[in-house]
Amino acid sequence: MQKDISGTEGIRPEDRARLAEAGLELDALNRCGSFFQIDQKIVHTSCMEEGIEMYPIAEALRRFSWMGEYAWNLVSRDKDDITRYVAAQEEPKGYVIIARKGSRNVMPLQACLFLEHVPIQHVHNIIIAEEGAELHLITGCASSHRTDIGAHYGVTEFYVGKNARITTTMIHKWGEQIDVFPRSAARVEEGGTFLSNYIAMSPVKHVQMYPVADLAGRGAVARFHSIVVAPAGSHLDLGSRVLLSAPETNAEIISRSITRGGTVIARSHIRGGTEETRGHIECKGLILEDGIIHAIPEIEGRVTGTELSHEAAVGKIARDEIEYLMARGLDEEEATATIIRGFLDVRIAGLPAVLQKQIDAAIDAAEQGF
Amino acid sequence: MLTIENLHVDVAGKEVLHDINLHIGEGETHVLMGPNGSGKTTLIRTIMGFSNYTVTKGRILYRGRDITNLPIHERARYGIGMMFQRPPTIAGLKLGKLLIAASGNKPELVAEYAASMHMADFLERDVNAGFSGGEIKRSEVLQLMLQQPEFVMLDEPESGVDLENIALIGSAIAKLVEKDRHIVHRHKSGLIITHTGYILDYLEADAGHMLCDGEIRCHGNPREILAVIKSKGYRECIECKKI
Ligand SMILES: Nc1ncnc2c1ncn2[C@@H]1O[C@H](COP(=O)(O)OP(=O)(O)O)[C@@H](O)[C@H]1O
Ligand SMILES: [Mg+2]
Repeated sequence: MQKDISGTEGIRPEDRARLAEAGLELDALNRCGSFFQIDQKIVHTSCMEEGIEMYPIAEALRRFSWMGEYAWNLVSRDKDDITRYVAAQEEPKGYVIIARKGSRNVMPLQACLFLEHVPIQHVHNIIIAEEGAELHLITGCASSHRTDIGAHYGVTEFYVGKNARITTTMIHKWGEQIDVFPRSAARVEEGGTFLSNYIAMSPVKHVQMYPVADLAGRGAVARFHSIVVAPAGSHLDLGSRVLLSAPETNAEIISRSITRGGTVIARSHIRGGTEETRGHIECKGLILEDGIIHAIPEIEGRVTGTELSHEAAVGKIARDEIEYLMARGLDEEEATATIIRGFLDVRIAGLPAVLQKQIDAAIDAAEQGF
Repeated sequence: MLTIENLHVDVAGKEVLHDINLHIGEGETHVLMGPNGSGKTTLIRTIMGFSNYTVTKGRILYRGRDITNLPIHERARYGIGMMFQRPPTIAGLKLGKLLIAASGNKPELVAEYAASMHMADFLERDVNAGFSGGEIKRSEVLQLMLQQPEFVMLDEPESGVDLENIALIGSAIAKLVEKDRHIVHRHKSGLIITHTGYILDYLEADAGHMLCDGEIRCHGNPREILAVIKSKGYRECIECKKI
């Protein structure tokens, strides 16, 4: 049997299960490297892939004088109370990943941000893919089964270089009294691709985020997918914004939201600021139990040569779909679960199979509850 | 196999079927004809148990058991199956997954039958999403082949199907109702709605019924009924009050 990576020995069995649901592998069998931060303590940092480096952020800032230019460059220190709090920390926590020119990881890197005891866990992450690099990252954010109350503040800056590609898949597994405030931004250079996936299937008190991707170079592409379920008591205020700032840039924002009594605010905004740009928003919500799904797709065209569209739909499962499956022998519950599973089943082009599997597993685990 | 007694059915607050009586014996295949809007689809959807179809009077017996108020899936599990005329699209649900469920979890059969219906390339597609008329029919027949109902109802199986597909679908349907077996060994029954009668080129029906304005106006030899419709249209049936 493969041994667990160092620094994670103290994690209890109940929490191991929670981390697994957040897409993390303690044995790192299908990962090329790992970063584990428990509360404010970085317990493990490793990367075995050639050309890809991972550091705790404090170390990266000490080691590379130029790193200072990347920190707080895409996200402003003064953006809001969250960023000010993170910026005020004497010893920054979080990780830096540098994928050097032309590097590529077949197995993804994993980053674990695990909240156990502290009232506020803060991180500042910087991810850089240099020219032609291809970097796949999975971030599992979870709290301990014993953690009642707490908050997570996270600032993340993604730099996608010329013809580079970053895919980032974030899976949340928090608790009913946890507040979560990620603050992320990406800048994508010529020919680069930024693919961001967010999955949240379990209870949380409040998540609020609105990451933005600036497509700054010709032909850059951004795609955001979010797949979320809000149980009663959860308030998810989620958005994605893409700025089409260079010609031939292309954006897609896809969201699937389910409420089982909680609130989902599904925001999205694409701004077509240059000629020969395209953007599409697809926003679908399913109300299983009375709750709120508030879809706010915004498309903003500023020049004649931009083509933007959106489709949004919120409702319950169609009766004729349930009955169609019942006519094939499924009972009502099975039919309903099958349709919900289909609703959440978003195939993400360009994502490595191991990560698609991880997303499928997170949804499958939640399916038991439908 | 199936007996319908004095059946009255409301759809959206209006009585669509009035006093229907019908008996289909084991191993028999019947055809149901009638002008548009006469209530043919309503009849088979009522037999399947869909929620918009309210039985206000009468009953439906299947193998001697009163199924009038059973939920759809129980009827399906007793052996009743149907081909939908306009099935819904189910986003995200792959046809292959539905077929495995319909087959009672026999994935090995799915691949084989899908190939025989030229649907192997559709297993990873969302159910009915962007399917053409002929593809919908092939998919519906394929689902029934895997479901193996004892009593199968088909709603206009030949409509919207091109010549190339009609032979494929026609012979698959003939198999569904065991027309490939000797009459003595035939146990499956069917009820087929047809406008054109093309389906009769692929299987012999044992009886025909003419539905008009929600009433069955006549029973008889299917080919004879069809011949009358072909020469005189439905007018004669609409005016005919005899039964
Ligand atoms: N969902 C519905 N809502 C209202 N009326 C309906 C509905 N379904 C069927 N009907 C009506 O019932 C009658 C019979 O329809 P149908 O059974 O579809 O006829 P057929 O299949 O013979 O063409 C028609 O008058 C039709 O308009
Ligand atoms: Mg009809």
